[in-house]
Order: sequence, then C-alpha cells, then structure tokens
Amino acid sequence: QLDFWLAPRSPGDPVDVRVPFPSLQPLKAHLEANGISYSVMIEDVQALVDHERTEMLRSRRQLPLSTNTFDYAAYHSLDEIYAFMDLLVAENPNLVSKLEIGRSTENRPLYVLKFSKGGTNRPAVWIDTGIHSREWVTQASGVWFAKKILLDHEKDEGLASILDKMDIFLEIVTNPDGFVFTQTQNRMWRKTRSRHSGSSCIGVDPNRNWDANFGGPGASRNPCSETYHGPYANSEPEVKAIVDFVNNHGNIKAFVSIHSYSQLLLYPYGYTRTPVPDQKELHQISEKAVAALSSLYGTNYKYGSIITTIYQASGGTIDWTYNQGIKYSFTFELRDTGRYGFLLPAKQIVPTAQETWLALKVIMLHARDHLY
Amino acid sequence: DIDDIGHKYHLELVLEDVLDKDSTVNCTAEVLYHLGNKNIAPDVQFTIEGELKNTDEADNVFYNQIKSLEKELVAENIPDSHGNVSPEMEPIHLLAWVASGYVIWQNSTENTKFQLAQIKHVKQVKRSDEYLEFDYMILLHEMVSQEIIPWQMTVLWHPQHGVQVTQDSRQPKHASE
Repeated sequence: QLDFWLAPRSPGDPVDVRVPFPSLQPLKAHLEANGISYSVMIEDVQALVDHERTEMLRSRRQLPLSTNTFDYAAYHSLDEIYAFMDLLVAENPNLVSKLEIGRSTENRPLYVLKFSKGGTNRPAVWIDTGIHSREWVTQASGVWFAKKILLDHEKDEGLASILDKMDIFLEIVTNPDGFVFTQTQNRMWRKTRSRHSGSSCIGVDPNRNWDANFGGPGASRNPCSETYHGPYANSEPEVKAIVDFVNNHGNIKAFVSIHSYSQLLLYPYGYTRTPVPDQKELHQISEKAVAALSSLYGTNYKYGSIITTIYQASGGTIDWTYNQGIKYSFTFELRDTGRYGFLLPAKQIVPTAQETWLALKVIMLHARDHLY
Repeated sequence: DIDDIGHKYHLELVLEDVLDKDSTVNCTAEVLYHLGNKNIAPDVQFTIEGELKNTDEADNVFYNQIKSLEKELVAENIPDSHGNVSPEMEPIHLLAWVASGYVIWQNSTENTKFQLAQIKHVKQVKRSDEYLEFDYMILLHEMVSQEIIPWQMTVLWHPQHGVQVTQDSRQPKHASE
C-alpha cells in the first residue's frame, strides 16, 4: 500500500513515500524501531489535490480564485468586475451584499454593493465610479475601495466607527454599456449608449441628465455632443436607477460621484454661481480631504464649487443630490492632469485609489460626526 | 481688459521637466486673447529665467535610431488603452506632445482647454534631407466641451533645428460613433 514517489535506489539514498492514513502509525513505528530517520514533506496530500483541482477548473474559465488573487493593478473587463463582486460577497456575506438597482439601455444589470454591519435603513454614504465610461481609473479604484472596506472594516478605527453607524453603497460600474463600448469599439466613449429618435448619434451624457436646472446652460441639446443632456431629465435608465434608489432609501447623508481626470475635489453647484447654503462647511471639508489625499504621495488637488473650479454644467449629479437634501455631496476628478489623461497607466491605479480613499474617509467621518 | 483689443493675462509659472520632476525653471508670460475674431491664435510673449536642460545626447540617440530603420516607422495607439507606452515609442510620444502644443496654441480661446489624449496613428515619411518627418493622427481632448477631436499634423524634427508643424488640419468626428 506504500506509494513510492522516489523509489529506493541504493543504501544511503533517500526515499519518498506517500503513506495511506491507516498505514501511518505502523510505518512510523517500523522506521523508528529500525533507526531510520524520516521527515514529513506533505501533511495532507488530498488537500493539495483538491486545491489543485479547484484552481484548474477556475483557470480554465479565467476567473481569479479569490479577491486576494485579483490583480488590482490592472484594468479589467466588465465580466471580470462583476465576477469580482460575487467573489467579494461570497467571502464576506455578513458585511457585503449585492443589489441590482436597474438595467442599462442595453439591458445590463446595474449593481450596487452594500456594506453594512446591521440595523435597518441606517444613514448611508453613496459612492459611484465609472459614470463616464472612458474614465477607467475610476472603475478600477471602485474595485479597490470595495476590497479596502473588506480588509479594514474591523482593524481600521475610522472605518469601523463609520460602519457602526452608517451603511456604504458603492456602484462600481455606473455606466456598463459605455464601459463595454470603451473596451470593444472606442476607448474614448463617455456617454451612455441610448438612441433617441431624430438622430443617428448615440448616447446621453449621464452627468447632464439629472433634474437640476436640466437643459440649462452648461449642457448641449445636440445629440451628437459629448455633453448632450438627453430628451428629458432621468431619460437614461442608468440615472433613473440611482434617482429611484436615493428616493426609496430616503436616508443617504453623503453622496460622492467619481470622475477623472484633473485632480479636483468639487462641491455644488455647477449650474449657477449662487453658492450653496452650506458652502463654508463643504469648503472646509474639501480642504481637509485634499490635505489627507496629498499626504500620501504629494498629489496636488484643487477644490471648490463646480462652476468656479471647472466649468458651468447643468443637470449634474451632485447638484441634484444636494437639492434633495444630501448636504455632503462631492465630485472627485482623479489623476492625472493631462499627461496621460483618460489613458492613465495601470500602475497608477493603486496609488490613485489609496490616496483617494484617504479623502473619502475624511468625508465619511465628517458625515458620521455631523448626522442630520 | 484692453478696450477694442482683447484680454491680456500676465502669468508667472514654473516649468517642470516631465522626465525629471526635480528639474524646474521659472517663467513669466503674457497672453493676449484677441477680441471678436476667434480664428486668430492668442499672442504669447515669454521669458524663461535660467536655462533648459541640455538634451543633445538623447536627441542624437533617437535621431540615429530612426535614421537607421530599414523601413519607415509606423505605430498606433500611443499610449494604448491601458496607458502603456513602450520605451521605443516614448520619443515619438514626446514629439507628438510638443507638436500638439503648437496646434493647441493656434486653436485656443479663453473658453477652451486642450490636452493631447492619444496618438491614434503615426507614420514616418521618407525624406531625402536630414530632417525626420512624421505624419500623425492625434486625438485632442477639449475639456469644456469634453469633445475628442481627431487632428492630423505633419511634424518635422531635427536635433539641432527643433520641431516644426508644417501642416495640420482638424478631422471630422467618426460618423459611426
């Protein structure tokens, strides 16, 4: 019953043998009685065989084995990101769940990850990435944030205290149709992929489609334009899904929408120069958040209201969320400032996500300490 | 505000070497945007305080590399979708960046902010003289409108004579998208 993996050759040469469980004791006794030294190379061969089989099955389907083997320093396809979400939930079902909040124009599911330590309808933070599909560092950062929350939810004091009181909702691929299009046809695609009658041009700018001075200056009524606002507010299912979610939830206290590039932290308004009533507070939070971000790698960010810092824009996400009463509404424009622009090298994904996370924590901690 | 002329901006800036972040040089500039006719490039006057780094060695290496190619250089998508630029293509990328600066200057107004987004295609053009010539198709990203604008430019370069854009023209956006 002994299975020799390195067969006996001549006296003095080593021998390797696989021993079935029932023979272990007798064999050890025999070796000891005869003064033959031995050492255990593999404790449990069956475990190795099982593990290898799982690996081989998965690698045939080209899926990562767990969120620990997922490559965060690379850009991934939609399928890979959706598979990652399922892995994340499977590994930590007590903390994370996946919600489908709607379907895109091309009928792709719109998924939101919910991180919660319990309670019912706790005050919440919303984070979205990838609303503009060509801004690839944002979806990639979203994936990293998801893993980070998982890693740190117990051992990081700040995050643990946030999750004690609040839930976090994270929509990683807010515009999946656009995202797939950037991978298959046009890397520079920004908008959704909807068709509206009367034009051969496709897509609506999802960050001009919200009901906040919809159609005003700072958006285009030309369907072929990159800032086309769409036929009416919330015409885009990707936008409507979030609007419905926010309204149904009713208890979102902080809302962060993430874009690239330019290295900016912005608060409302984009559609008017009139400052928001909470301008002073939002400005102070921004100052702190940007300082935290910079502290890691020295990345420089500017901050201010959308209209004074970047340009006038109507129908924007955080203008709507702010007017709904979500005081802590912010938009990020991540790395870089134009050298690579949308084509940010993959090796910058993790540093970008790491520094941005520090800023996000400042915002979330402030919300936790100033619930309203 | 300069009555009947346009808007003048006085700028104090720091130039930073893209390839060596610690190498900086101060610069002052005056930019005049002309009133009305948006087809005139802004006037630019500038003074650089100090000297720019000498790049003769790297210039000559690149020059000789291209000169010794058996076939004319052809490449596309620089950087690629994932932001990669191969080391051999880095000078081609930098050259496009410099040349696009000229195109951007010629087409800027107070309401535009252009960046080079990508080189879609570059083709070396054979020449009988000592200059290198490249025919580029680039994508410019205009920040305010968020448009991606294809632009063709013909670029001449020589280590001692610098960069020249001899021809450039805006291209129509791809109808299929």
